[in-house]
Amino acid sequence: MNFKETIEELNVSAFCRKYNLSLWQCPQFLFIIMGIIVIISSLSFYFIGNRYVEDPLEVAFLVLLISLGLLIIGTIITKSFEKVAEASRLKSEFINIVSHQLRAPLSNLQWTLELIMSGRVGTIEKKQTEYFLILKENSARMQELVGNLLIVARIEGQKLLFKNEFFPLKQAVNDLIKEFEPYATASNVKVIIEAPDDLPQVYGDSYQIKLAVENLLDNAVRYIKDQGEVKISIKKEKDYVYVEVSDNGVGIPENDKKYIFQKFFRSENALKNKTQGSGLGLYIVKSIIVKSLGQIGFFSEEGKGTTFWFTLPINKFKK
Amino acid sequence: MPKKILFIEDETALQKTLGEVLIQEGYEVISALDGETGMELAETKNPDLILLDLILPKLNGFEVLEKLKENPATKNIPVIILTNLEKMEDIGKAMELGAKSYLVKSNYSLEEVLKKIKEIIEN
Repeated sequence: MNFKETIEELNVSAFCRKYNLSLWQCPQFLFIIMGIIVIISSLSFYFIGNRYVEDPLEVAFLVLLISLGLLIIGTIITKSFEKVAEASRLKSEFINIVSHQLRAPLSNLQWTLELIMSGRVGTIEKKQTEYFLILKENSARMQELVGNLLIVARIEGQKLLFKNEFFPLKQAVNDLIKEFEPYATASNVKVIIEAPDDLPQVYGDSYQIKLAVENLLDNAVRYIKDQGEVKISIKKEKDYVYVEVSDNGVGIPENDKKYIFQKFFRSENALKNKTQGSGLGLYIVKSIIVKSLGQIGFFSEEGKGTTFWFTLPINKFKK
Repeated sequence: MPKKILFIEDETALQKTLGEVLIQEGYEVISALDGETGMELAETKNPDLILLDLILPKLNGFEVLEKLKENPATKNIPVIILTNLEKMEDIGKAMELGAKSYLVKSNYSLEEVLKKIKEIIEN
């Protein structure tokens, strides 16, 4: 944590405003008050006991009184924490319910569109097809967003289930590249993989890890303007596998770097280049990698490209 | 004689779209909009395959599946679960109760669902 971040952390009133709590209900503020009381009362006891008190019973009574005060403040702090936790739980539950409710009409929409466009219920003209395609793309985008929101709700509710096993990462990435090929080709992007054949298997949930790589690959292709190349390299280091996904796209502006893994954060470049996205992808990727006991990071230069890297264990771990 | 598919689903839009495709493919489609009606039709119409949603009025999909598998008259009819619930525990429960396949609607296109249905009904 750098100096600026430390100062920002100390700005208690801003913190309390952010969570919509009054100062006297705000855990951070109450902790400071409690600390001040402890310091003042310790010093006071020392002086009072030293100079004025002859009967130890009086000191004991004072200590009791102060402890009672601290107990009350402690209770208020606990209650405030409960309130913050409850608000967070309600938010996750809200996202969960809304996403589930949205899924049913979205499936209906998608299947109905598919039926119309298949020509099974009558031929459609070429001009109409263009507009049906717009509907199809947008319903797919909504599906993706709802899917991402559900994953986020699960991550936050600690309900993202992991079925850990040993699996070949190279093969999983190769399958993913194949699935991506039409999209990459349409975007004028070449995707290549560089990985030795004797790569050890990694330990984790293959579905979730594929989802993480898919998000990184999707971002890399999305942020390449005109034409370019995405390179995925995998290698073994000590007791983990190190993966890099590099692109020669627009890069991440310096000011945005510290927010890049935040939920709903969209980089200035994403907005400038009108790139679609919900700002959830990298948050999901980081959550998956961290839960798989790996590490994640990136380096990027604006106008030159970005490289995201992560590690995955090759040994079995206990949760 | 066309093969009979019983489609137990409370979303009329899905009944209409998937139903249309199935009829075009030469199947006879019997529709039920709730679990109770679905159970009755499974017993009386003797379908070759059942498509079953999980969130249903009256009797939910799990209850329907359990009753179908308990009844000697219906226990051999293959059941495909077609739902939007994708929790591992739901999938596990349905498969344990004897479902043949479990499809999450939003992850499959109409054609993919049709392919799965064909695979199971033709075998």
